[in-house]
Formats: sequence, C-alpha cells, structure tokens
Amino acid sequence: MPSRYLLRRLAQVLPTAAGLLVLNFCIIHLAPGDPAVALGGEHGDAAYYAFLRARFGLDRPLPEQLLTYVSNVLRGDLGTSFVHGRSVIAVIGERVPATLLLVLTALALSSVVGVWLGALAARHGRRLPDVTLNIATLLGHATPSFWLGQLAVLALAVGTGVFPVQGMTDARNPGTGVRYLLDVLHHLALPALVLAANELALTTRLVRTGLLEALATDYVRAARAKGLPEGLVIRHALRNVMLPVVTVIGSRVGMFLSGAVLVEVVFAWPGLGRLLLSSLLARDYPILLGMFLLISLGVILANVITDVAYAWLDPRIRYH
Amino acid sequence: MPGSIPAFDITSPGPAAGPQAPVSRFGLFRMLRTGVGLAGIVLMCGLLAVALLAGRIAPSDPFASVGPALSAPTLGHPMGTDDLGRDLLSGVAHGTRTSLVLALVVSILTGLIGVIVGALAGWEGGRLDGALMRLTEFVQVVPRFFLAVIVLALFGAGLDRLALVLALTSWPWIARVVRAEVLSLKQREFVEAARSLGAGRARVLLREVLPNALPPVVVAVSLSAASVILIEAGLSFLGLGDPDVVSLGYLANNAQRFLRVAWWMAVFPGAAIALAVLGLNLLGDGLNEVLNPRGTP
Repeated sequence: MPSRYLLRRLAQVLPTAAGLLVLNFCIIHLAPGDPAVALGGEHGDAAYYAFLRARFGLDRPLPEQLLTYVSNVLRGDLGTSFVHGRSVIAVIGERVPATLLLVLTALALSSVVGVWLGALAARHGRRLPDVTLNIATLLGHATPSFWLGQLAVLALAVGTGVFPVQGMTDARNPGTGVRYLLDVLHHLALPALVLAANELALTTRLVRTGLLEALATDYVRAARAKGLPEGLVIRHALRNVMLPVVTVIGSRVGMFLSGAVLVEVVFAWPGLGRLLLSSLLARDYPILLGMFLLISLGVILANVITDVAYAWLDPRIRYH
Repeated sequence: MPGSIPAFDITSPGPAAGPQAPVSRFGLFRMLRTGVGLAGIVLMCGLLAVALLAGRIAPSDPFASVGPALSAPTLGHPMGTDDLGRDLLSGVAHGTRTSLVLALVVSILTGLIGVIVGALAGWEGGRLDGALMRLTEFVQVVPRFFLAVIVLALFGAGLDRLALVLALTSWPWIARVVRAEVLSLKQREFVEAARSLGAGRARVLLREVLPNALPPVVVAVSLSAASVILIEAGLSFLGLGDPDVVSLGYLANNAQRFLRVAWWMAVFPGAAIALAVLGLNLLGDGLNEVLNPRGTP
C-alpha cells in the first residue's frame, strides 16, 4: 500500500485528536464547582487546593491553561487518581489487557460467525433458514448487552454451574501455565459470547444484504456461467461485500466498547468496565476523564485502521 | 415476510423516482402491508399505550413499597416485587414511559439539528459545506456513551442533560442523510422549474427540496431513537439514571445485585427495553421499505 495514503490519513487524525482535547478541557471547566475541588476531592485543605491550582496552573488565563493541559496530556500525564493514588495512565493501563482480550475475542467471534451466517442466509434467500436467521438477528440487535448477560448468567451459570458467574480466574484455585490459560478461557466464554451476539446480528444482516445484491450482478452471472462451484462464487462476491462490513464494524468501535463495559459489569470482568463503575461510585473524576480521552483516541485509531483495511480491500480508494 | 434490511447506504445520493409525497395516507397503508412495518406499528402502538396509560396500568406508585420484598410473580404482582417490595409491573410501565419520552425528545432535537446542518451544507455548498462536514465527522467519532458518562458524572444525573448530550452527539448521521438528499434534489428539474418561476432560494429550499428530502430522515430518526433507548438503559444500568424517575435501566441495575435470588427483577425490565428497541427498528425498516424502495434488495 502506498505509504502516501497512510501518511495523509494519519495527518487527518491530528485535528480530530486536538478537537477531543479541547472538548475534554471544556467539560472540565464547565463542570460545576471548583476544578481544584473536582481534582482533589472535597476533603482537601486550602494548601492542597493551592498546590493543585499551581500544579495545574488553574490561576492562569484559560488559553495558557489549555496549553498546559495539552502538554501534560502529550507527556502522558492525565493526573492522579485520588482513589488509587497513582497516575491515571497506570491505573487505566493495567485494566486495558483484560478489556482488549474480551473485545477482540468477541469481535473475532462476531465477524467470523457473522460472515458465515450471512452467507448461509443469502444462499437460502427467503426460505426457512433465511427467515429464521432474520428473526434471530432482529432480536439479537434489539437486546441490550447487559440484559443478555443477565439472562446468560441466569440460564447457564447460576442454575447449572456450567460456566463461572464472575471474574476472570477462579479465585480459590488460580493455577499456572496451561491450567491458568484454560481457566481464563472458561471465564471468558460467556462474556465474549454475549458481547459478540449484538455485533453478530448486525454483521449477519450486512453480509446477507450485500451478498444478495452481489449475487444479482453480472460478474457473478459470468462466474456461474463458466461453471464455477457455488462456494467459489460466493467467495468472489464476499470480497466486495466485506467493504461495507469493515466500515460498519469500524464505525461501531465506540458502541462496541460501551457494550463491553456493561458486559464486564455483569460478569465482574476485571477490565475497564469494572474500573468505570468503581470510579463512578467513588467519584474518581481524573480516572473518568482519562478513560473518556483514551477511549476517544482509541476510537479514532480504530477508524484509521478501518480506513487502511478498506484501502487494502479496495485498491480504488488509494488513488482518490 | 421479515426479509427487509435497513438500507445502510441511504447516505448515498441515489436516483429517486420523482418528488414523493412525504408519509401520506397511502404510505401508512403500504406500511401496514409490509410484514416488518406492521409488526413495528403494532409493537410501538402497544408500548405507546403502556407509556400513556402507565398511571392506569400500574397497580401502584413505582416508588411505593406495596408488597413483600422479592416476591416472585403472583396475581397481585404479575411481575413480582423488588428488594424493597415495590411492584415491578408499575416500575416497568413507568420505565417504558421514561424511555419513550426520552427517545421522542432526543429524536426531535436530533432531527432538527441534523436537518438544519445537512440542509445548509448541501444547499450552500462551498466552504460552509466543508466546515459543517468537518464538524460532522468530528462529532461522529466522539463516543456518545462515554461522553454521556462523564457529563452525567460531573454535572449530576438528569434526564434533561442526558437528552441534551445525546441530541448534540446523535445528529451527524441525520445531517449526512439530509445533505446527500439535498445535493441530489437540487439538480432536479422540478427544483429548477420552481427557481425559474421566480421563487427565492430560501423558498425553494423550504418548500421544494426539504419536503422531498424528509423520507430517509424519518427512517434514520426512528433507528436512532432505538439507539437512544439502548444508551439510556446502559447508563442507568451503571447507576447514572435520573434518581427522580423510574427507568428500565435503573430496574436492571437494581436486579444485578439480586440476580441469584430474583430472576424476575432482571427478566421483565430487560424484555421491555428489547421490545422498545425492536419496535423502533422494525418501524424504521418498514418505513424504509415504503419510503425508499430502491434501498431494499
């Protein structure tokens, strides 16, 4: 892929990221109450507030404060959590792997199974498997992730004990090596499936619609006329169908993460969702603001990755 | 026949058959003939009835403790009671009302902002278009859910704030739909005809172009209303709901602590959320089938 395209795309990211920093800054300043109190908690003394004001330059004019804020963020300084007493970046950073594990597993599951189911539905266009899948995807798309999680816990974990209800590992018997890995996988299964379900519904519908359209085109008719087996025909068509699918998956990263956060709360998965909930309860504003900023930047990054994937799938894009 | 799919490409300007009448009597009639449209209308009418008659349907005040705590569904409490002995049917009925009112308010605001931004961008073109589209792209990448989380956490929970945050972040999709429609419509003969008859620019935009650009907006708004309901439920589930109003997410949040002992507390509020989202999605799909037939395979 021409690196010029990549560079140009990355250059477009800068204004967006800058906009997000300004948005964050505005929210901090518009919030009711003294920012020093918001940053330092309600029970600090005057000297501590004065220290915070000086440290964050809160006594300076706004444009200068914005500059200070931006330079702090650029140095990776998002403030200090007043519950954990450590830097926001460190606290959030140690929760990221668990969330990534959950999100990426669910994304892989929903993409692979969604493409397969969508192809299945399109091949059986308007007959029983298609109709069944349609109803299932409509329901799947309408179900809130946390409710599906609660139902899964009720049906599979509490009643039967087949799956663990909470956490990432067995607290009484953590194990090491392969046993640890199997334990994590066992805990991962339900939350990942639940999180995948919503996206699965959307991917299936997109692939089905796209394939039905693609299968009516001339190139598919030509492929069939020269006697290609149906499986291969579908594979040809799928490559074109993947374009909108990749776009939609990429544009839904934010929604996907919010679903992950809720599922984590249901299953007590030790990722960002748990951190978000505990920070909400403790009013740990630096963590909340840091999370919003990092998640926004993550969404931008995901959009770039999507566009690059899109350009890779469709050579025409690179030359526009 | 549930074979309809929302046209995900409704943002692209396409050749329409001619100036269409916005949702007319015929439109409604045709809606009833599509399977999804009928299902959507029936579902939404049912939920609207529940929301409007919440005071009548609910056996009691949703905040009043009226029965034994954690009672399984009985004749007196068809959906059971929660940990404080509050009747769950009352909670679900009032919660449905909250969800639908919020969805309605956000939809109106989102539709207004989206139509204004999209129409200005598409109609004026040039630099204004460029600037508005950059703004649209920016708002589009801001994660709505997490923005709502910090706004509610910092400014305090409240339905009014939530409606404002969601409206201010949900319009980009609508704006893009409107812009695409306006761009395609302003080239068309009937617009030129109106212009050559001496109609002013504003008049042509308001009287000729916009009414014909509205059908896909109606579809987009009903689908975005569904996502508003989901977001509110998720936020209340995290404990960020308006403390003065019963909402379905609040009930689900409460259920989480009693999942092992009271299945009914989790099942009924969640089902109401799913039904509302399903109803709006079906309605959107049905409208889509009737209003932009070109979008369906």
